[in-house]
Amino acid sequence: MPLLEPRANPSRLMQWTAPLIAIVLTLLVGALLFYSLHVSPLKAFYVFFIEPLETSNGWSELALKASPLILIAEGLALGFRARIYNIGAEGQLLIGAICASGVAIYSNGAEAWWVLPAMVVAGAIGGGLWGAIPAWLKTHFNAEETLTTLMLTYVATLLLSWLVSVPWRDPGGSNFPQSIMFNDNALFTLLFEGLRVNTSVFITIAAVLIFWVFVSRSFTAFQIAVGGQAPAAAHYAGFSSRKTVWLSLVISGLAAGIAGAGEVAGPVGQLTLSLSPGYGYAAIIVAWVGRLHPLGIVLSGILMAMIYIGGDAGQVSLQLPSAITGLFQGMLLFFLLGADAFVNYRLKRRKPRSLHKKVTA
Amino acid sequence: MARKESPCMMTHMTNDKTVDLAGKASERPHVEPRLSLQHITKRYPGVVANDDVSLTVMPGEIHAVLGENGAGKSTLMKIIYGTVQADGGQLMWNGRETAIANPSAARALGIGMVFQHFSLFETLTVTENIALALDAPFDLKALAVRVKAVSERYGLPLDPNRLVHSLSVGERQRVEIVRCLLQDPQLLILDEPTSVLTPQAVRRLFETLRQLASEGVSILYISHKLHEIQDLCDSATVMRGGRVTGHANPKQETTGSLARMMIGRDLPICQSPEYTGDSRFALEVRNLSAVSVDPFGVSLQNISLNVQRGEVVGIAGISGNGQAELLAALSGEDSVDYDNVILDGIPVGKLDAGQRRDLGLAFVPEERLGRGAVPAMSLADNAMLTAHRQAGMKHYGLLNYAATREFAKRCIERFDVRCNGPQSAARSLSGGNLQKFIVGREIMQAPKLMIVAQPTWGVDVGASAFLRQTLIDLSRSGVGVLVISEELDELFEICDRIAVLSEGRLSAAMPKEQTNAESIGLLMAGKAEKEVA
Repeated sequence: MPLLEPRANPSRLMQWTAPLIAIVLTLLVGALLFYSLHVSPLKAFYVFFIEPLETSNGWSELALKASPLILIAEGLALGFRARIYNIGAEGQLLIGAICASGVAIYSNGAEAWWVLPAMVVAGAIGGGLWGAIPAWLKTHFNAEETLTTLMLTYVATLLLSWLVSVPWRDPGGSNFPQSIMFNDNALFTLLFEGLRVNTSVFITIAAVLIFWVFVSRSFTAFQIAVGGQAPAAAHYAGFSSRKTVWLSLVISGLAAGIAGAGEVAGPVGQLTLSLSPGYGYAAIIVAWVGRLHPLGIVLSGILMAMIYIGGDAGQVSLQLPSAITGLFQGMLLFFLLGADAFVNYRLKRRKPRSLHKKVTA
Repeated sequence: MARKESPCMMTHMTNDKTVDLAGKASERPHVEPRLSLQHITKRYPGVVANDDVSLTVMPGEIHAVLGENGAGKSTLMKIIYGTVQADGGQLMWNGRETAIANPSAARALGIGMVFQHFSLFETLTVTENIALALDAPFDLKALAVRVKAVSERYGLPLDPNRLVHSLSVGERQRVEIVRCLLQDPQLLILDEPTSVLTPQAVRRLFETLRQLASEGVSILYISHKLHEIQDLCDSATVMRGGRVTGHANPKQETTGSLARMMIGRDLPICQSPEYTGDSRFALEVRNLSAVSVDPFGVSLQNISLNVQRGEVVGIAGISGNGQAELLAALSGEDSVDYDNVILDGIPVGKLDAGQRRDLGLAFVPEERLGRGAVPAMSLADNAMLTAHRQAGMKHYGLLNYAATREFAKRCIERFDVRCNGPQSAARSLSGGNLQKFIVGREIMQAPKLMIVAQPTWGVDVGASAFLRQTLIDLSRSGVGVLVISEELDELFEICDRIAVLSEGRLSAAMPKEQTNAESIGLLMAGKAEKEVA
């Protein structure tokens, strides 16, 4: 007998409590995990979530990591609303980083003010183009974007690998697969002396505001939402489904591309193989945990950044394996999807099994 | 088979026969009822579908269950057939209290059910489809012989070896009926069986049902069509809002008295005033042909039609004869040649749905949830779906929510939409109220041409009458109105001219006074059924 039965109306309460339930369950299972690793769960949580925030450096790192996650997730959420599942933001981020690095490398030595803005624009264009390829494949051949975006991520990874190994390898870098270090005019200005957080966070703040207005007020976002929820209604109203595909994939690619530019022109400072710790993938979780809402994503982005920082701290002070970060991310999404089932369904109530028994009882 | 007797004579004869039979049944009070339901109750979250429902069916009786959509008829039948379990009450089968756990238990008892929506596999033959539903082992060849025998015996001609996708809707229904008959049922349940049949096919079905009743099979006949029930049934249980509102002998009642039991008041009647204004063409369709991309779709063949301002033109026919394809070509969801569709003098065949709306087209589709409205969105948001082109709704690509809410509010008030205001989700409305909202939304665009598909499908009687009158009034304000409907009665009530779409071909639109249900029915049946008739 099925345990769940459909609700008459989707539960608004569950819609917003599902992320909280997922967080609590993630922490509970995390506590069990720490316990089984012979680490005191209380101490582990302290190291994970409190200790990093006791220093200004911790706050700086939090902003530095939350910023790209939020930026990418805002773009992805737009497509997810339209049920266009771009899961290749990681690749779009890498292409954005490559294009931005190209500008920095070829303008090396020019003491011009325009280098950094040009890098951001190049990153946006690169990411946008990398998102446009699956859009073109989908509108012309009906190719599933979940597959094409993911496959293009591998192409982007290999392209990056070739660039830093052959044409763009730093001649003075003792054969490491990485580019030259960028000049100051190709880097975002640090906000505070000695801390890594830089002015690129303002791009994210601006993007959040723009996405907020766009999603809540624009007719285009309304069309996208209709296309996602009821494709036949969009068709009926004359809203173009092709336009939705193009907008979703190009805008999410563009946002990821800017995030990529922010990494090479920020904390990384050069083009390397390890410029993203999986921001493009983690942003998918950020978008869902944030309920695809522009402001919800800010909260979930900060949470995800804490998991990253906590994972680093756990490796250093508790000698936990590095897989711990991915494990927490995975659990969060897993429990969220589970809790989400209760938005549209509820536990079935026990009922008298048969008419007969009821009558004779 | 059926050609031997004239249909007219047959009707009279069988009428007498059934009256006789009903008389016999009442003369013998010791006969155990075939089925007796006592105090059946079934609750769903937020609604009581059946509230203390009692009903008795004698052997050989044709018993009507009469009620509007949402009255609880279908739930009651599902309880009898075992697909739904009642929360309370008693079910007596041939005098013994029985619990029916599932449909196969129901079939084992001798209960057969013909559903409103058929469950047949298109790519299998008639016999194969029937074999799939049998609980016992079977031999296909022997089964085909039995299918043939049963179908001939009951005047339901069927070729056992034909593939289902090549059958007409009437023939598909025969497959479902034969499938039940092969199990020698004592009780046959039919859920709105005539909604997809031509008047001629309805008559043939009734002959079969009368023959079955005369052999002692009890029949539960679910419908909201009063004249059918008066024609066919010996007794009726009338339901409203989940409760039984009366038991009656339909033959001794008038349509008016039955309607009062069913809806609680008199049946409203539509008024069609004269129209004297401008009568230019609002729509011209010229030689429209379109090949369907759907393998089971119907291609349109050289369709020509015009709709003047100030008139209501109806297209009769059974769904699946090109209705979906024609609507898509007219609404702009499918693209055709420019000159195929001319809207208010402008060739629009290649324009998309939005561009045609800009030029004065309004359209109410058959599927309300998911096409005419986004289920989870509020009425205000759903107003935006097509009303966004109205002044003040958007500035520089940003929406004006106050204006949208205001628009939705006006629509709700003007068209008497029962809901909790502009913020209620579309899917929380009943079918009739959502339809009123969608029709209202489209009318408030001040269209030049209004196309409506199945305007009152699944809508209760009161709302149906309101919608029909609204469409007539709209036309008289100088709008061309095109209605596509399966309900012939409805078309005769509201249309000035009626055409028939059958197998992708459209007949000439005849003024209502120059035609009748009989000749429209013949056109609806098309080639395939004429051979049988």
